[in-house]
Amino acid sequence: MYVELKNINKSYGDFKASKDVNLGIEKGSLVALLGPSGSGKTTILRMIAGLERPDSGDIMIDGVRVNDVSPSERGIGFVFQNYALFRYMTVYENIAFGLEIKKMPKKEIKARVEELIELTGLKGFEKRYPNQLSGGQRQRVAFARALAPNPSLLLLDEPFAAIDAKVRQELRSWLREMIYKVGITSIFVTHDQDEAVEVADQIIVTNKGRVEQIGTPKEIYKNPDTPFVSEFIGRSTLIEDYHKLKGFEKGDYKGAIVRPEFVEAFKADNKVFSDVIDCSEEGVVTDILFRGNSLELKLNVNGIELTTFRSLERRKVEIGEKMRVIIYRLYAVDDEKAYLLENQELKNKDIKNRRLEAYLYSSDGYFVV
Amino acid sequence: MAYLNGDERKELAVKTTRRSKPVVKWILISVSALFIFFMLILPLISVIVNSLKEGFDFYFKSISTEYVRAALLVTLLATVITVIVNTFFGIMASWLLTKFSFKGKQFLATLIDIPFSISPVIAGLAYIMTFGRSGWAKPVVDFINSTFGTDIKIVFAIPGVVLATIFVTFPFISRELIPVLNAEGTDEEEAASLMGANGWTIFKRVTFPHMKWALIYGIILCTARALGEFGAVNALSKTRGETFTLPLEIDALYLAGSADSITASFAVSSILVIIAVIVLILRNIFEHKSKAM
Repeated sequence: MYVELKNINKSYGDFKASKDVNLGIEKGSLVALLGPSGSGKTTILRMIAGLERPDSGDIMIDGVRVNDVSPSERGIGFVFQNYALFRYMTVYENIAFGLEIKKMPKKEIKARVEELIELTGLKGFEKRYPNQLSGGQRQRVAFARALAPNPSLLLLDEPFAAIDAKVRQELRSWLREMIYKVGITSIFVTHDQDEAVEVADQIIVTNKGRVEQIGTPKEIYKNPDTPFVSEFIGRSTLIEDYHKLKGFEKGDYKGAIVRPEFVEAFKADNKVFSDVIDCSEEGVVTDILFRGNSLELKLNVNGIELTTFRSLERRKVEIGEKMRVIIYRLYAVDDEKAYLLENQELKNKDIKNRRLEAYLYSSDGYFVV
Repeated sequence: MAYLNGDERKELAVKTTRRSKPVVKWILISVSALFIFFMLILPLISVIVNSLKEGFDFYFKSISTEYVRAALLVTLLATVITVIVNTFFGIMASWLLTKFSFKGKQFLATLIDIPFSISPVIAGLAYIMTFGRSGWAKPVVDFINSTFGTDIKIVFAIPGVVLATIFVTFPFISRELIPVLNAEGTDEEEAASLMGANGWTIFKRVTFPHMKWALIYGIILCTARALGEFGAVNALSKTRGETFTLPLEIDALYLAGSADSITASFAVSSILVIIAVIVLILRNIFEHKSKAM
């Protein structure tokens, strides 16, 4: 493990920002700290950077305990949420600042800055001031400035928060590409699960100062450990009367989480689903919303409201129409854990059609981790 | 509004004004212009006109008497020391109040503003009560004098004049700096310190460029106020030709009552008016610059 946090606790007055946090990050990985605001993710990042001190516990970087090592000596680069670029310095001066502090010879500074300007595609902007740059360009400068002194660990605090939605998409892949190119261990904080899933190869989900789960995006998505993760990831709704749905039995759970992609709604004459139609039950369309690339259907199944997405390529549906509905799976939750429940009828049905793979996680379906 | 740049903001302001009727605009302009003319410009012109009533020879003679020269020296000395002290204090206080958080911060910020709300005469009297014959600090000054063989006098001496001027003008610089530093936040400092920069480097390269223009503007305001201070100094300065500042000298000339001395007092006043005009021009230049950044 390159970065390790052991039994970290941190409070601000009465507010517990970190409760017994344990985590490890491997060298070369790109990790997202994901959680809602106030979940303690930024505190974890700032403690790794040395901007905050833990009340108890150990922070290790590269096998060395760094609790008492000053931030500037931990070998980290930090990209601030609003970038914190030096307003009264040009792009060049911003990137060179850290190197000048390290008393690097002028010639080497010039070479290093030019290398970074080349890498981040900022050529021609060297003499500009931060307020003359777009949000995306500022992020590039912040990235270059953080990388300039050759840190071994890069920390980014909500790197996309200050950028408008359209450019954000573009910058996500840019940043991911850059980090792989440089090959630096990186940790970034985000509250946006799409961002975490898309950019990171490891996600640490935090909630109320605790680490809920650590895993690859797929693991987090497919096997949520805790009720919080199952609800936070994806578009999830909690239903209490899950046992009223066909194929599920009542267990010792508080309720179950259902996501739109777990729900299949089809017309009774649909040939594709003809061999599983016995497993389906009736649902009435109560609302249809246009989502741009798909339709969002609200269905009333046995008094339970379910949501599913429907491709625009499929046949037209109307409000009040009776459809056949199959729920592939649910995440049942109690106070501590989340459990995968698969549709028993579907599972027990011995069908030749290998589409079963597509329906159930347990059959190693389309969603292979 | 916060997202608009300078030009957009101006455009918006123009649009907002355009919406109101031209009549309103012209009435407002006329009233303001007349008010400023009768309240400010006319009296100032009359100072200049009166000062030249007896001709240029008399003018130059009356502004080069020994008393006036001494008063000018005292005024400049007090102003220079005041500006230096208040610049240090102002930078320190605004740095403290914007970059650190501690208990009683708001209270301290309020304390700094006391000179704005207290009459300068009271400030002068307060120093007399402190350093004067029966003041509590008198034994301390006496002790220093007897130990080091010095002869420091505070009340009715130059140090008193300087202290009073400092007291009256000390919020000027910090008041200019605090909003600028507050708007800036502490991100950039944090970033610099993370890269290993020490406190001095951070101040020099990150914080100071932010406050540069506001600081110059504050210094100009402080200078203008220090040059013209009357009330506090009046309480602490009683010797003409030694501890009198220009405003006190003007007052003394005027109170002398003869036609000549009144004209002379106008002549001396004109020096302050000229300095004020120069300060006004500088003020405008720097205020513009500080806003442009």
